[in-house]
Amino acid sequence: MPAPRSRVAVTGLGTVSPLGGDVTSTWEAALAGTSTARTFDNDWKERYGLSVDFACQLVPGALDSLSRPESRKLDPSGQYSMVAAREAWADAGAPEVDPDRLGVVVGTGIGGIWTTLDQWDVVRERGARRVNPFTVPMLMANGSAAQISMELGARAGAHTPVSACASGAEAVALGMGMIRDGRADMVVVGGTEASIHPMTIAAFANIRALSGRVDDPEHASRPYDVDRDGFVLGEGAAILVLESEEHATARGARVYAYASGRGMASDAHHISAPSADGQSRAVREAMEDADLSPSDIVHVNAHGTSTPLGDIGELRAVSDALDGVTDQVVVTSTKSMTGHLLGGAGALESLFSALASYHRIAPPTINIENLDPETPMRIAQNAPAELPGGDIAVLNNAFGFGGHDIAVVFTSA
Amino acid sequence: MAHTENEILEGLAEIVNEETGVATEDVKLEKSFTDDLDIDSISMMTIVVNAEEKFDVRIPDEEVKNLATVGDAVKYIEGAQN
Repeated sequence: MPAPRSRVAVTGLGTVSPLGGDVTSTWEAALAGTSTARTFDNDWKERYGLSVDFACQLVPGALDSLSRPESRKLDPSGQYSMVAAREAWADAGAPEVDPDRLGVVVGTGIGGIWTTLDQWDVVRERGARRVNPFTVPMLMANGSAAQISMELGARAGAHTPVSACASGAEAVALGMGMIRDGRADMVVVGGTEASIHPMTIAAFANIRALSGRVDDPEHASRPYDVDRDGFVLGEGAAILVLESEEHATARGARVYAYASGRGMASDAHHISAPSADGQSRAVREAMEDADLSPSDIVHVNAHGTSTPLGDIGELRAVSDALDGVTDQVVVTSTKSMTGHLLGGAGALESLFSALASYHRIAPPTINIENLDPETPMRIAQNAPAELPGGDIAVLNNAFGFGGHDIAVVFTSA
Repeated sequence: MAHTENEILEGLAEIVNEETGVATEDVKLEKSFTDDLDIDSISMMTIVVNAEEKFDVRIPDEEVKNLATVGDAVKYIEGAQN
């Protein structure tokens, strides 16, 4: 008979987000229902003819702890994840651990897009000789995982899931696997994205994914509202420290929640359109993996990007996976406040899920003026919702272009 | 107009500081890039690329390995200007 697998505790959190430069300020702003979408303070719209000229940008000052030489060797996506990882590791108590038992899994949707495009400009405008020798380490998608592994001396393995907007949640799921498989006692997991760039915005706008509410950006991200018209691009990173229950207990670590179940499915359906079937299978798998009943789930931090089709389709898939047992569930989409962090989204929303379980409160979904009557589940509309005491479970979903469906279930500590 | 040895040292110190965080006053002629200033090979290439631009010179890759000290680099740049 196989040895019983370890429970996976969440013992450290870190983030830089549009809501704040650390976990405390981000969580407070989330509970306060803060919109972060703003019109750009630059000339991109006029200069490039962008149809969308707003996004949820990182809060100013979030990267001040990085030295100038550090910043110069890291793509913005690497800067975000480094600051978040340092906070998370400190939050976990910065324990002395066996390097061979410490792992890293940090995902990204795109990787170092700014570095890639900037250095192509350098080639064209100033010639090949002027290209920054650090370009490849900066642009590679695994750069964040590698830099964090060096920062913390993590030698059990450093991995980078790249599954578009599911990347950050997939990192959580794969990190759980490293602990369950006995490869590590602690794994630093998360996701990062820094892709608020004119090219990216133009591309997302042309695939009709972005909200075009240019005259009212603060209210553009409005999941479950009848007038939602697409997502708002966000940026940032979130990092969670996962730890085997035995290891956490032995060192007396604070546990925010347990990462108890994971589901990973692929649609095999369409390169950009979601599939309720794949989403539902991922949630069912996560529920079975966590050995929970539908009635245990009290909160869902939904993928909910504020697109006309995606939001309701997801909740139907969740409801289906929970066999219709959803009266006890309150749903929120924190993307209404943060925008869509792409590869960072699933990580930030896993962080929110662990905090919701820990503090027994679900952040609000803001900007709902007229709830879509098709919404099949209860939403934390414009105000946070208290969660019950006792044993509770929180579900986080993340889905990515390409048909990647990830569901992670957190249970209360 | 050609830069003097002092101007080159000052400019180089600024580049080294920018790229590596080493204090400008520590960038002295007798210092070794690797042993004293702890500069790795990629950072060295970054410094070279920036120095080429700043002083409008060309430092061929095969020359870079000969630039062991700050003084070697200053001397090379000074000579390459003419």
